[in-house]
Amino acid sequence: MFWRRAAHGRVGFRRSLPELGLLLLATLVLLEGSVLPLGAASSPETGITPGAGVSHGHADKNHSETKHKKPFPVLGLNYDSVKTPFEISLWVLLASLMKLGFHLLPRVSSIVPESCLLIVVGLLVGGGIKLIREEVPPVLDTKLFFYCLLPPIILDAGYFLPIRPFMENLGTILMFAVVGTLWNAFFVGGFLFAVCQIPHASLSHIGLLPCLLFGSIISAVDPVAVLAVFEEIHINELLHILVFGESLLNDAVTVVLYHLFEEFSEAGTVTVLDGFLGVISFLVVALGGVLVGAFYGFVAALTSRFTYHIRVIEPLFVFVYSYMAYLSAEVFHLSGIMALIACGAVMRPYVEANISHKSHTTIKYFLKMWSSVSETLIFIFLGVATVEGPHQWNWVFVTATVILCLVSRVIGVVGLTFVINKFRMVNLTTKDQFIIAYGGLRGAIAFSLGFLLDIEHFKDMREIFLTAIITVVFFTVFVQGMTIKPLVELLAVKKKQEAKRSINEEIHTQFLDHLLTGIEDICGHYGHHHWKDKLNRFNKKYVKGFLIAGERSKEPQLIAFYHKLEMKQAIQLVESGGGSKLPSAMPSTVSMQNIQPKNQPPPPKPTERALPQLTKGREEEIRKILRSNLQRTRQRLHSYNRHTLVADPDEEGFQDIILKKQKMMELDRKIKEMANYLSVPSHPKDSPTMSRARLASDPQAYNIKLPAGGVPTIQVDLASPQSPDSVNLLDEIGKAEQKEDSGLMMKPPESNGPEKAGEKDGWRDQQKLTRCLSDPGPGAEEDEDEPFLP
Amino acid sequence: MKLETCLTGFVSSHVRSNTHVAPRVTPWLFFYPHPFRKEDFNGIPDLASNPIRTQIVEAFFDQRNFSKDGDGKVDEIGFEEFLVVMSHFRPPSLPMTDEQRDSVRKEKLRFLFNMHDSDNDGMITLEEYRHVVEELLSRSGALGKETAKGIADAAMLEVASISVGHMEPDEFYEGITFDHFLKLLATFEIESKMSVRFLNMDTITLCK
Repeated sequence: MFWRRAAHGRVGFRRSLPELGLLLLATLVLLEGSVLPLGAASSPETGITPGAGVSHGHADKNHSETKHKKPFPVLGLNYDSVKTPFEISLWVLLASLMKLGFHLLPRVSSIVPESCLLIVVGLLVGGGIKLIREEVPPVLDTKLFFYCLLPPIILDAGYFLPIRPFMENLGTILMFAVVGTLWNAFFVGGFLFAVCQIPHASLSHIGLLPCLLFGSIISAVDPVAVLAVFEEIHINELLHILVFGESLLNDAVTVVLYHLFEEFSEAGTVTVLDGFLGVISFLVVALGGVLVGAFYGFVAALTSRFTYHIRVIEPLFVFVYSYMAYLSAEVFHLSGIMALIACGAVMRPYVEANISHKSHTTIKYFLKMWSSVSETLIFIFLGVATVEGPHQWNWVFVTATVILCLVSRVIGVVGLTFVINKFRMVNLTTKDQFIIAYGGLRGAIAFSLGFLLDIEHFKDMREIFLTAIITVVFFTVFVQGMTIKPLVELLAVKKKQEAKRSINEEIHTQFLDHLLTGIEDICGHYGHHHWKDKLNRFNKKYVKGFLIAGERSKEPQLIAFYHKLEMKQAIQLVESGGGSKLPSAMPSTVSMQNIQPKNQPPPPKPTERALPQLTKGREEEIRKILRSNLQRTRQRLHSYNRHTLVADPDEEGFQDIILKKQKMMELDRKIKEMANYLSVPSHPKDSPTMSRARLASDPQAYNIKLPAGGVPTIQVDLASPQSPDSVNLLDEIGKAEQKEDSGLMMKPPESNGPEKAGEKDGWRDQQKLTRCLSDPGPGAEEDEDEPFLP
Repeated sequence: MKLETCLTGFVSSHVRSNTHVAPRVTPWLFFYPHPFRKEDFNGIPDLASNPIRTQIVEAFFDQRNFSKDGDGKVDEIGFEEFLVVMSHFRPPSLPMTDEQRDSVRKEKLRFLFNMHDSDNDGMITLEEYRHVVEELLSRSGALGKETAKGIADAAMLEVASISVGHMEPDEFYEGITFDHFLKLLATFEIESKMSVRFLNMDTITLCK
C-alpha cells in the first residue's frame, strides 16, 4: 500500500525544489498514517512467537510428531517488540522533518507562525489516521505531556532566562501572573456560570464550581505558545520578559486553583476556611517549588565543582538534577515549572564557571534541540488530539468562552497596569499594554489540564470543556499568533536591539550600579540597589568560593566579560582565516596609536611628531597585529557577507583593502602549512556550524586558561628584543596579560625586526588561539549576564 | 547616622513636593547648622565598601553639578547644593515628550561625564578612563592593574571607532567629548536606570 504512495511522490520530480519537498513531506505524512495502523493491525497477532518462520516451525512441532526441520528463516517480520519505540521515533522524525520543511517554504512561514503550521500538520496526520483506521491513538497522553514534553521547554527557558530584566521587573511580572490569573479565572468562571443559566442553552447542569474550575484552566497564559509566537516577532526585551515571565510564574496559581476547585467540585461547597487554606496553599506551592528548585540547583553547582576529571558527563548532571527538581516538586504537588526555573537560574552562573567549554556547548545545544522537538511535537499532537475528540460542540458555551477570555484579559491588563504604573520607574504605555494583552496566548497546558479531568466525575461536562478549550487555543494561536506580527509593525512597537553588549556599556552598567548603591547609602534609603549590592557581596564572599572550583571564584565580572569578548573576536578571526574579516574592519582604522594620553606635547607640529616615522608597510603590519589583539566593534560597522568579499570599488582605501587581503592570504597559507600540528580541522570560510553557534543571547568564547598547573605554550613576546626565531617557554596567563599590554602600549617599535617578524608574530597568535580551540581545557566563561543577581 | 536621617527626611520631603530644585527655606536648614564637608560623608558606614566612593563624594562637591556654568570644586556645600546633586537622580515623571526625555538624558549623562572627567577639561582622556576602570576593579585585588589598563584601552578604542571611524595614523584622538559620550551611551536607557526611588519615607525625623 505504501509503495504506491511513494511512487506517487516521484511523479513531479521535475518541479522545483520547494514543491518537491512538499510532496516528499506529504508522502511521509501518509507513510506515517499507514505504518501506524499496520502496527496496530499486527498487534492482535502477537502472543505467539517472533519470526514468522520460527512460529511455523513451532506450530508444526506442536501439531505433528514428525521432527522434520524447516529451513532457517532468512527473513522474518517482527514489528511488535519494537512497536512503541518505533512509533515514538516516527513521530519525532515527523516533527523534525516538518521543521525542515517549513524552511523550504519561506513565504508561508513568514506569514503564518510555525505553531499554526504544526497544528495544521497535526490535524492532517490525525485526519489521515482516522480515515485509515477509524480511530486515533491517544497521543496527547497527559503523563507524556507533563513528564516528557514540557520539562525540556521549561528548562531551556529557565536556564537561559535573562536574570537582570527578570529581576528588575519581578514585581510587575508577579502582579500579572498572580493577580491577573486570579482575575481571569474568576471572571471567566463566574460569567460562564451566568451564561450557563440561560434557559435554552442546555448547559444548566454545569454548576458554579465546575465553571470556576474551567475558568482556572483556561485563564493561564501558556509558556509554550508564548515562546513559539514571540520568538518570531522580536519585540523589545521588556515586553518579552513581561509576557514570558508571566506565563512561567502563573503555573503556581494554576496548580493551586485547579486542585482547589477539583477537590471542592467533589465536595460541593466552599467555606471561608477553605479559601484561606487555598491562599496558604498558594504560598506553599510557589515558594516550595522555588526552594526545591534552588536546592537542586545548589547541589548541581556543587557537583560541577568536582567534575574536573570527567568532563564528559557534566551536561548529564545539569539535565538530571533539573529533571529531579521538577519531579520532586510534582511529588509534593508543588509547582514543577517554578522548581525547574529556579533550578536552572540558580545553578547556571556557578556551573558555567566550572564546566568546560565543550560541556557548555553541549548543554546549550541539547536544551535547544529537546525544547525545539518538544514544542513541535506538542503542537502536532494538539492537532491530532483535536481530530480525536471527544467533542461536544455547544455554540453558546464556546463563543461565550472565547469572548470572555478576551474581555477578561484586556480588562485585567489595563486595570493592573494602572495600579502597577504607580510603582514603576518606567511606565507601561498603551502600546505595551496592548501587546501584553494580545500576547496572552493559551496552549497545550490548558488542554492537558482539561484532559486530566476525571471522566467519571465530570461526566457530561468534560467534552464541552475540552471543545471549548481547544477552540480558545486555536483561536489564540491562529488568530492572535498570525496577526501579532503585523500589529507589532503597525503600532511601531520597539523591537529588540540587535547590538551586542559592548565593553563600554558593561563598564557603565557596573559604574551605575555602584553609583546608585552609593546614593542610596547616602540617603539611608535601603532600596533596590542596596540589597542587590549586599547580595552580590555575600555571593562573592561565601557562595562563589564554595561552589566554584579554583581560581575562577575570585574573578570579577568585568574582567570575565572582557576576556570573553576578546576571545570571541580571536576565534572569529581564526575561523574565517582572517581574510574575509578585513573588509569589514576597514572603515575604522583607529588603532591605539591614535589614542594618546593627554600629557603628550600638545598639537604635534608636522615636523616633530610624537612617534617616529614609520614606513607605510610597517604601519600596516602593526595595525594588523593590533587588530588581532584588540576587540573590534564589528557590530557597528558594515556587516559584510562572507560571500561578498569584494568591497565597493568606489570606497576609499580600496587599494589598501587589496594589499591587506594579500597579506592575510599569505598568513592563511602559512597556517594551512602548519595545519598538521593543529588538532582542529580548519573551518571552511562560511562555516554554518559556527555561525549557527551564535544563538542570540550568548556570546560563545573561551576564557584564558588559568594557571592551575599552567600548560606552557610557545609564545613570542611582541616587543621582546630577542630575535623572532627564539622562543620562550612561559606561563600562559602571564604571557597573555603581558601580550595584551605590550600590544596595546604601542611603544615606538623596539621590535625592529624586518617586516616578516610582524607576520610571524601574527601567525603565532593564530597558533596559540587554535591551540586553545583544540584544548578541552577547563577554562569556561560566565555568560554576558551576570552571576547571581546583577 | 544623624546625617543619614536628616538627609533622608529632607530629601523625601523635597521630592514628594515635586517642584523644581530651587533654594527653599526649610526647617532643617535651621537645625543643621554647618554645611557638609567631605569628612561627613566618610562617616556613612555602607559607603565604605563601595569601590567608587571617592568619586561619588567628589561629585557632591563639584560645582559643575550645581549649575550649568559652574567650575571647580568646593570644600563645603549646603543643603541646596546637596539637593541639586540629588535631583539628578529624580525618577522621570511621566508622560514625557521626546524633548523632555532628551533633556533628562543629557542632564544625567552630563552628571556621569563630570564624574569621569576629573580635571574638568571637557574630555575624558585615556588616563581618566583608566582611572575609572581601576576604581571599579579596585576590590578585585591582584588581577586589577594590568587588566584594568587593557580594558580601558579597549573601551577607548571602541569609542574612537564609533565616534570618529576612520582615522589616519597621524591623527590623534584626545579624549571622549560629551557628544561622543552621548553617542556611546545612546542605547543605554539612562533616564530610567539612573534614578533612585524615595517611596516609603514617611518618617521625617528632626535632627538635633
